[in-house]
Amino acid sequence: MVERQIWTSNLNLWFGKNQILHNINLEAYKNHITAIIGPSGCGKSTLLRCFNRMNDPIPFMELTGKVYLDGKDIYAPKTDVYAVRASVGMVFQKPNPFPKSIYNNVAYGLQIQGKYSKSEIKDRVEESLKAAWLWDEVKDRLHHSAMSLSGGQQQRLCIARALANKPKVLLLDEPTSALDPQSTAKIEELCLALKNSVTILIVTHNVAQAGRIADYTAFLYLGELVEFEKTEQLFTVPKDKRTEAYLTGVFG
Amino acid sequence: MKGIKEKTFQAIAYIASLLTAVCLIAIIYGIFHDGLPLFKFISWKDFLFTNNWYPVYSPPGFGAWALIMGSFYVTLGALIIALPLSLGSAIFISEIASPGLREIAKPVIELLAGIPSVVYGLFGIAFLAPLIRQWFSLDTGLNLFTSSLILGIMVIPIICSISEDAMSSVPHSIREASLALGATKSETIFKAVIPAAKKGIIGSILLGFGRAIGETMVVLMVAGGAAQIPKSIFEPVRPMTSTIAAEMGETIMGDLHYNALFALAIVLLIITFFSNLITEIVFRPKRQK
Ligand SMILES: Nc1ncnc2c1ncn2[C@@H]1O[C@H](COP(=O)(O)OP(=O)(O)O)[C@@H](O)[C@H]1O
Ligand SMILES: [Mg+2]
Repeated sequence: MVERQIWTSNLNLWFGKNQILHNINLEAYKNHITAIIGPSGCGKSTLLRCFNRMNDPIPFMELTGKVYLDGKDIYAPKTDVYAVRASVGMVFQKPNPFPKSIYNNVAYGLQIQGKYSKSEIKDRVEESLKAAWLWDEVKDRLHHSAMSLSGGQQQRLCIARALANKPKVLLLDEPTSALDPQSTAKIEELCLALKNSVTILIVTHNVAQAGRIADYTAFLYLGELVEFEKTEQLFTVPKDKRTEAYLTGVFG
Repeated sequence: MKGIKEKTFQAIAYIASLLTAVCLIAIIYGIFHDGLPLFKFISWKDFLFTNNWYPVYSPPGFGAWALIMGSFYVTLGALIIALPLSLGSAIFISEIASPGLREIAKPVIELLAGIPSVVYGLFGIAFLAPLIRQWFSLDTGLNLFTSSLILGIMVIPIICSISEDAMSSVPHSIREASLALGATKSETIFKAVIPAAKKGIIGSILLGFGRAIGETMVVLMVAGGAAQIPKSIFEPVRPMTSTIAAEMGETIMGDLHYNALFALAIVLLIITFFSNLITEIVFRPKRQK
């Protein structure tokens, strides 16, 4: 039996006069990986950013409908946006570590919250780096600059940094599109390991990637959620013509 | 044909850089050549650390301590005034202002940075000094405080525009990373953006320092010109630069007073050299293995 962790209800979003998302109803289940696929510009990133309110700072953004995290509407008035963002981690398309040490990158979120002791932070940094499969590679140089890491390591550092907040949900926006095949494979395996402890929503332009790691896949087209199914089902018997066309590479 | 053009161009560039180097060396040589003879008369320690600048008495006194402290106090005062204002406005322009406001504010600040210092000096003498004399019921408005204030206002645009450049060239993705970890906007500014821009910010402060300590016209006009260690911020002071400018006309080439003014120039040169050295070290890219 699957249990919903984070989901939308009749979600619409506008940037100014342009409606980007149309009546989206998407659910991500606890301890499962949900992929969002679709051609470039169809609104995948925008949809993903609704789950941690990262569209809020964009001028002229308007949103109707609801986004629930464990049954609580995260857009309800008086919601603590910062707490939402701490419990819904996000990893971006291009690795974006801070130009700080490896240690301080992972400690950042905890230091911001200001309620952890130094030793708690130290333990949490180690735990998070281990969870992101980076510990062995960096344990001897925690105080070196994060910029000295390879692209794949930087991306795993960004995952570790998000995990340090102990999020319930991890949002990944095309996390491997800037990486080589080996680093990509490593991050895909990592996702499969992480889903035991965190719910994962991943945007990917790479259909095969969704096939390899996602339990559920959503196909987004022109801001509409065309189809949302178990991955095998969506890949083998797509219900919608547009899904079929996208999967067979007719567009996008 | 192309080869010849290329060669000619390279030769011209080479000669130009050679000339620049020659000028620089000539200046440094000249200053040391005319400054060092002073130290046959007094030790460098007495020159730097005693307070008796009486260049035209007989026997003359060349203890420059008060002038050195004058430069130091005026510069320190200028930075104390300029730092909060310039860094505050850099933060505002780079991180808070709307794009439209930023478009206006940037060029205005750069324009302010280009105003000649004599204009600031005039403003100081004509408007600020009388006001300050009145407000604080002083004998004179030409003092340490007024000159720090004017110098501070003068270096604000320099520090502001360079540190604003440094902050706004921090990639947007760094701000997003911080916000996505649950940081507020101000936490993002102070814990992610400013640390990422710190080299440029430190550089801007050093540049402001160099500009303030080397500034001559403003202090000549508004510092009051007494060669004494000020006991309060409302007493006149006499920095090294204005001393050189004011007294050069009274000297006879080659006499001790003349040498002493060049010795002051050596001190200024060394201070500038070290502040540039620090800038250099700060900006040198860290080697990464
Ligand atoms: N900050 C923004 N302001 C205005 N329009 C935006 C902004 N970000 C994205 N868009 C628009 O939203 C649409 C969807 O973009 P996006 O979500 O990035 O697509 P995808 O991730 O699927 O490639 C595009 O038409 C894009 O131009
Ligand atoms: Mg995208």
